[in-house]
Amino acid sequence: MSTGIRFDGVSVAYGGNTVLESFGLTVEPGEFMALLGPSGSGKTTALRAVAGFVRPTAGRVFIGDRDVTDLPPHRRGIGMVVQQYALFPHMKVDANVAFGLKARKAPRSEIAARVAEALEMTGMSAYAGRYPRELSGGQQQRVAVARALAVRPGVLLLDEPLSALDAQLRSGMLAELARLHRELPDVSMLYVTHDQIEALTLADRIAVMDGGRLQDCGTPQDLYRRPGTAFTASFVGGANLLPVTVADGGGVHLGGTRLDVAAGGAAAGAPATLCVRPHLVGLGEGPNALRGTVAEVQWRGATHRLCVDVAGHRVTADLRELRETPPLGTEVTVHFAAHDAVLLPAGAGGGEGRG
Amino acid sequence: MLVHSPRARLAVQAAFFALFLPVFALPFLVIVAASLATGWSGAFPSGATLDHYRAVTHGDALDALTTSVLTAVAASAAALVTGTWAALAARGTRARRVVDLLFVLPVAVPSVVVGLSLLVAFSKPPFLLNGTPAIVVLAHTILVTAFAYQSVAAALDRLDPACEQAAASLGAGPLRVLVQVKLPLLLPSLSAAAGLCFALSMGELSATMMLYPPDWLPLPVKVFASTDRGALFPGAALAVVLMVTTLLALFAVSRIRTKAAYR
Ligand SMILES: Nc1ncnc2c1ncn2[C@@H]1O[C@H](COP(=O)(O)OP(=O)(O)OP(=O)(O)O)[C@@H](O)[C@H]1O
Ligand SMILES: [Mg+2]
Repeated sequence: MSTGIRFDGVSVAYGGNTVLESFGLTVEPGEFMALLGPSGSGKTTALRAVAGFVRPTAGRVFIGDRDVTDLPPHRRGIGMVVQQYALFPHMKVDANVAFGLKARKAPRSEIAARVAEALEMTGMSAYAGRYPRELSGGQQQRVAVARALAVRPGVLLLDEPLSALDAQLRSGMLAELARLHRELPDVSMLYVTHDQIEALTLADRIAVMDGGRLQDCGTPQDLYRRPGTAFTASFVGGANLLPVTVADGGGVHLGGTRLDVAAGGAAAGAPATLCVRPHLVGLGEGPNALRGTVAEVQWRGATHRLCVDVAGHRVTADLRELRETPPLGTEVTVHFAAHDAVLLPAGAGGGEGRG
Repeated sequence: MLVHSPRARLAVQAAFFALFLPVFALPFLVIVAASLATGWSGAFPSGATLDHYRAVTHGDALDALTTSVLTAVAASAAALVTGTWAALAARGTRARRVVDLLFVLPVAVPSVVVGLSLLVAFSKPPFLLNGTPAIVVLAHTILVTAFAYQSVAAALDRLDPACEQAAASLGAGPLRVLVQVKLPLLLPSLSAAAGLCFALSMGELSATMMLYPPDWLPLPVKVFASTDRGALFPGAALAVVLMVTTLLALFAVSRIRTKAAYR
């Protein structure tokens, strides 16, 4: 019983203020889709439209091939895990997990076995007899996942499930979620996050949102290596974004410097944005050399981050830890390989890159 | 803790009790003493007796106590159901302000007015309740529902919708969410409201005085009648019985509440 999710031109407004606009996205059956975007971009709203807690002002929502737009939440057959866990404080862990099974009228004889199975899967079997308040944050999160999985939903909605956990627990849970996705190939997952690492690690595909709109959608590799817009480039993994003009006969001009970059079909003289990942920028002479002055040096343990002013544009380079860092204000040369650069049409978002 | 030095704290506490005891606690001790006395001419009561209590344990007085308890139980139950229902229904709707206002009305107007209005409204067929116990229960219900409504509405405002939504996403219909999630989470406030309603109803006098039929005479009316006749000491014994019954009920309710306090 594989079921996907489909948003068909969904718009949502809160009191006349549109926060989701003509949102279209398809999550294939069994797919792990991450909704990635900055705070306030409408990720939670999109998720709530699937769960049935907000009513779209326009468009339809499908789960499988069923139009659920007008169905109340309890008829949608979903599982949901939210940031604040929302466990029932007056029920023990096993009763929490059994709640959905009873609500869906599972045969009495099956309930105990399926509760045990769900707790087993999340490693919480030993805590079945405790109240939620007697558990740590990470354990509560596991129970919340177990509770959502026990009903064997066709789709699982997760809203920043790891954001309340510390870094170490988070990377542990990240691995657990990846395992769950492998063990449950039939469950479509829609995972809301503003953390690009989570999205890159877990997702089969990532949908990038900004300002209530879908900006880009693709596999993590695609979005990272060949971002479609400057916004995607800077949000998924950080990027140097340089305004260039396409030169005659291939290549581009950055200020007065000619760079050897595949221009694709772009017309000569057209403005464009050149995108290069900081860790693909090298120090010293090389192809596509750019001369500038060192504006900032940050030590980040394994790497040094060098910010270089090149003809008024900031170029960031993440370099393997340097023996000697160049002093601020000195003239340096940085370079990048032609195949590491992506040329984006101008006007596709913009601004300085971020890391 | 505004005061840090132990000596200063002691002084503040002493001042508090010096003010608190005479105003709040002493009157109750005086009734207890009076209920056990045969006379009270000087500063202290004279002669100890249990006669007043013996009179309470049978006949009229016992009937009055039963009447009061039955009225209070019925009124509290009705108020709790009505108040909870109204609070649940009004939650998050535009009617909320209107409902808030409606339920504060019986507290805002003097209870004598409530009594009078019921008397006027229900004295003629088809709404003939005058002269029946029902009109007393109705008056008490109207008076205490305000407190039930307010306490449940305030608790609902604080209730995190995430729990209900989680329940709904798991497939629970509205009734199951209400019975298995919302009401258990509201239980502490519900039991607090129940205690308050019961205590208020047990002590209600002014509206009751206007409405009570001869065969449904609650204890406060009897206390009033007794002291009005000048029988102070039997009246004190009745008052003590009223007080103890109410306190016992409140204690039982608070036991439920501590069990229901999950967090
Ligand atoms: N109940 C609400 N009433 C009014 N406005 C709301 C409501 N919920 C969300 N919004 C607005 O809708 C926009 C999108 O909110 P949403 O919660 O979907 O963002 P998000 O992408 O999940 O952000 P975050 O990463 O911070 O959780 C925000 O501008 C927010 O202010
Ligand atoms: Mg959110």
